[in-house]
Amino acid sequence: MKRVTAVVIGAGHAGLAMSHHLARHGIDHVVLERGEVANAWRHERWESLHLLTPNWQCRLPGQSYAGPEPEGFMSMPELIAFLDDYARGLSAPLHTATEVLTLRQVEGGYRIVTNRGEWRCHAAIIATGACQLPVVPAMAAALPPWIMSLTPHAYRRPEQLPEGGVLVIGASATGVQLADELQRSGRSVTLAVGQHLRLPRRYRGRDIQWWLEHAGLLDQRFDEVEDLARARRQPSPQLLGSATPEDLDLNALSERGVRLVGRLAGLVGTRLQFSGSLAVHCTAADLKLARLLDNLDAWAIAHGWHEALPAPERPAPTRVPPRPCLGLDLAAGEIKTVLWATGFRPDFRWLQVPVFDARGRLRHEGGVVAPGLYAMGLPFMRRRKSGAIHGADDDAAELSAHLVAQLALRQRSPSILTN
Amino acid sequence: MHTTTQQIDNGVNVTALLGAREALAQAPQAARFTWRAHCDWIRGTHSQIAVEDFHGLGETQRHRSRFTYQADHPEVFAAEDQGPTPVEYVLVGLAACLTAGVAAVAQHRGIQLRSVKAMVEGDMDIQGILGMDPEVRNGFDDIRVTFEIDADASRADIEALVAQSQKRSAVYDLLTNPTHVKVELK
Repeated sequence: MKRVTAVVIGAGHAGLAMSHHLARHGIDHVVLERGEVANAWRHERWESLHLLTPNWQCRLPGQSYAGPEPEGFMSMPELIAFLDDYARGLSAPLHTATEVLTLRQVEGGYRIVTNRGEWRCHAAIIATGACQLPVVPAMAAALPPWIMSLTPHAYRRPEQLPEGGVLVIGASATGVQLADELQRSGRSVTLAVGQHLRLPRRYRGRDIQWWLEHAGLLDQRFDEVEDLARARRQPSPQLLGSATPEDLDLNALSERGVRLVGRLAGLVGTRLQFSGSLAVHCTAADLKLARLLDNLDAWAIAHGWHEALPAPERPAPTRVPPRPCLGLDLAAGEIKTVLWATGFRPDFRWLQVPVFDARGRLRHEGGVVAPGLYAMGLPFMRRRKSGAIHGADDDAAELSAHLVAQLALRQRSPSILTN
Repeated sequence: MHTTTQQIDNGVNVTALLGAREALAQAPQAARFTWRAHCDWIRGTHSQIAVEDFHGLGETQRHRSRFTYQADHPEVFAAEDQGPTPVEYVLVGLAACLTAGVAAVAQHRGIQLRSVKAMVEGDMDIQGILGMDPEVRNGFDDIRVTFEIDADASRADIEALVAQSQKRSAVYDLLTNPTHVKVELK
């Protein structure tokens, strides 16, 4: 059994950022990684994916984007290279191909069992990612056997799917991007739309992320928002990172021929039922977007940007078919594939510590899970940006400082970490 | 199958209904009906709803009188309980629709009914409407209807009545299939 002060689990952007800050504090630690650096970005994403945040925003502690295209969006190979490069600059030992099997609380800290030996540590940082397991409704199991059913983790490229219609369930970031790519591949796509978040790629000549960052929205803290649970489950916005910036809202998809239907409500025999609530979900997203743009315009006026930027504009309301389709019979043969873009959740099956709520969700206060146990990279963990690559720096800085204080206390009163 | 329809009487004028079906086959436009309810907020969760006019057979129709209903929530919801809850009206609608269907189908099939009782229950988790848990739906997640039917027929025939009444029920269809619902501000 090896001993170390802290163990970081996961060598994605969040774990690497934490390693940087632990090193800065002189805390001896190791980074354990089940695969290789940026594992999920390498093995669990589709090929055409580009980040939804512009390159200038891809910052990690001590490293900014220095390439030629600050307004561009990194492809997966570019992001992997970016993270590989960052990992090479870190000083802590990085153990790849080391999968954590269990983490248990023991006197004075934690015991971590991996496929390559055991570790004892005072502190552990869970940086294994928020999107490890696709969330798929139970009715997926009842689809007729001739339908190909897959999640975004299994999806790589359109050619992998049979010819014929595709039903994409879910209109958040993943759903709209895959609907777009599949429709362009010549398959006719039906998109089931529930609650969603509409965002323009650019507004008044600037990337929407520039607005959100400069207006301070991304720095909004978890202890400042009115309804944190709601903020944490906000769907990912309908954005695309493409060479030429373009909107990927429902209007853009409709124009390309994607058929919009309501939220998938049920499957009776071979018949899919779609909710009659498509219009209200689109209206709600339009209203929410209008409120956001009003706030951004007010911020621009208050902070001297108004005159310098093009005049405010408002996107056209979402066009909803007057009579959206309420039901589709899979026996009719039109749909060959169902793609479940219905969200993701973290995989904490290895975490054998009583830190979960009744629903199995990790309980934490801004990333502080238990004495000496921290999380990183979860949605709105400490700030609105916590789930993003550029969100890792501030969170890791604060949580590593919290750990330093805990370790100092522990030296004075060794029992503090034992229960 | 009985053929002695003259001798049984469930109070359903099947001849008229079959006649309507033939007439509407010639003029399907007349088959488009629009039902209406007019709602006035009183106070709190208490509203008064009136049903009087509707559209059908190509023109405005009227009930024989204006029916009014109170809807509210019970005291456990910190309300004044001036009437049933809206979801109970849904159960009312389902019970009445299926029961009317049983009577009509029985008449058509020559089955004399002596009594028909239905108990309708709908389950819901109010964490949904209270906005406590996004994974909990607002509406019923289960509805059970239990019929007790005393009729001049075998159990198999009565089961067939109950099945056919679901097959032709507007409210059953509404609860089991999605519907376009458009809510606007005038």
